Amino acid sequence: MKDIFVVSDNIFSPLGATTAENFSRLEKGIPGVRRHDRPDLADQPFYASLFDPIDPSGPASIPNFDNSRLYIQPRIFQNEHIPPGAVPPDGYTKFEQLLLASITDTLQAGGIDPKDPRTILILSTTKGNISLLETGAGNPARMALHHSARLIADHFHFVHAPIVISNACISGILALITAMRLIRSCRYDTAVVAGADIISRFVLSGFGSFQAISAGPCRPFDQSRDGINLGEGAGAVILSCNEKYRGNILLRGGAVGNDANHISGPSRTGEELCQVINKSLTDAGCRAEDIDFISAHGTATVYNDEMEALAITRANLQSVPVNSLKGYYGHTLGAAGLIESIVTLQSMREDLVLPSLGFKENGVTTPLNICSSLLHIPLNSCLKTASGFGGCNAAVVMSK
Amino acid sequence: MEYITASCIIRDHVVYTNEKAVFEQPPAALPEFLTAVYHHFGFQYPKFYKMDLLSKLGWLTAELLLKEGFNAADYQPEELAIVLSNANASLDTDYKYFATVKDIPSPAIFVYTLPNIMIGEICIRHKFKGENAFFISEAFDAAFIEQYVRVLMDGNNARACICGWVDVLGEEYTAALFLIETPGTPFPQTPGTPFSAATMNRIFQPQIARHE
Repeated sequence: MKDIFVVSDNIFSPLGATTAENFSRLEKGIPGVRRHDRPDLADQPFYASLFDPIDPSGPASIPNFDNSRLYIQPRIFQNEHIPPGAVPPDGYTKFEQLLLASITDTLQAGGIDPKDPRTILILSTTKGNISLLETGAGNPARMALHHSARLIADHFHFVHAPIVISNACISGILALITAMRLIRSCRYDTAVVAGADIISRFVLSGFGSFQAISAGPCRPFDQSRDGINLGEGAGAVILSCNEKYRGNILLRGGAVGNDANHISGPSRTGEELCQVINKSLTDAGCRAEDIDFISAHGTATVYNDEMEALAITRANLQSVPVNSLKGYYGHTLGAAGLIESIVTLQSMREDLVLPSLGFKENGVTTPLNICSSLLHIPLNSCLKTASGFGGCNAAVVMSK
Repeated sequence: MEYITASCIIRDHVVYTNEKAVFEQPPAALPEFLTAVYHHFGFQYPKFYKMDLLSKLGWLTAELLLKEGFNAADYQPEELAIVLSNANASLDTDYKYFATVKDIPSPAIFVYTLPNIMIGEICIRHKFKGENAFFISEAFDAAFIEQYVRVLMDGNNARACICGWVDVLGEEYTAALFLIETPGTPFPQTPGTPFSAATMNRIFQPQIARHE
């Protein structure tokens, strides 16, 4: 079976515009999550990791670009010439700008030509442009995820129609797995995998209606955890089977499954996530004892973290160092699997595990080895997991 | 080699199983039509009434797809996959949820604002615990679905797979599900047709198929 190499990656989040910028903040323990008072998004103040709104009256940073349509830090576009004719008549939405920013940096860092016919674009998101519902600017055609995907693909001149994945909170990991499988099957040599979600009144009110949002910064796996924080951002990874990347980290295996138990509550036993972990280890050709670190989903809801702890214990991984990055980024939904996998890649490059922000005292019935301080250990093989609404679970293994 | 061992299409208020029309109703609103299908086939599944229209449509199509010939006991739950696609994700329900936000946001509707919830509903009903994927494309992309399902089955990630297209927006809807199985697993009385994008596309167009 072909080896799949990581060529380059980017995290574009409130913590920074590149993977390195993000990681240096994480290393210093700086969270993106903070208190926001945003009447446009929620009636009450809330904790989340959000981009600051751009001042529409500020100086224009891009020629021919209307500032009122620019939602993210403009500097990412400074080195990128956007031909005025290529911008859709109503402008790129914030969601699309996040994807453009993240993909632009990843392509540049990897020196990858998107026009190569052996290259495919794969996008992941849960809600895409749903915020257009709130402003009344949306019609079904403009909000369609395949429409955004087409705009992104056209911007970079990808040859093939992009693949769009919308599979709740496992979307980002499923996008990586899909890319890996399509390259293994020789359909493509290179995949540009990117995911993004933004936080809107729609999403905030929805998780709020479930009583699932924490009153303060979230505390994954902690005794006093009381729910999630939401977050926005984008992540992008380029994968390739080209032997010239040998020596880079490998995306070595992955698997997906379903609890077949409840549409909004996780399995009570963790058996199904455990099976997905075992399948991904088998797919990667490794054993539980090969895993040096686990980047968990760790949403900080009572039931998710309990289920994950059960699953990780069932898979005989309970002594392996684990963290959740939700305390830094919040839950970035369709981008989460990508952003958190990319942080894992950077951890592997630096042999450095980040502490699980917000964790003080064990709050799950099968205690895990939750990291509470920076941990310098050799990281040769790491596991990333995610679980989502609809009962879905996914896991990937990354190896040096 | 993989075979299409069953198909079910619901469109234009007609239900087709294995390319034969088995139920037809004169024009009615979509919710009433779906309830009529549910009653006509005598289904007993109280959770059906809690579902949004997308999940109802997908659930009914899967129910009819698996009704004859499929024997879950031939498989481990982990070997059973579902790969679905549509154009409008959960937008039909997104509108309905957002209408509640101004008043009291409804968690019962919010949970359906993800298209893969439909996959979850089918998994719960039929104890499918294997691979899942929900793809969004402008139109049914049979070539891509064939490619992805083959990758799953050739890579031993699945031994049987429900795949296809289920889309709802307003009064517009289409559902087309295919059951894909491999030799060594029992087939229904009618032998399956070889699995291909061309065959899925042909079955997807029931009016054309009927006049052939």
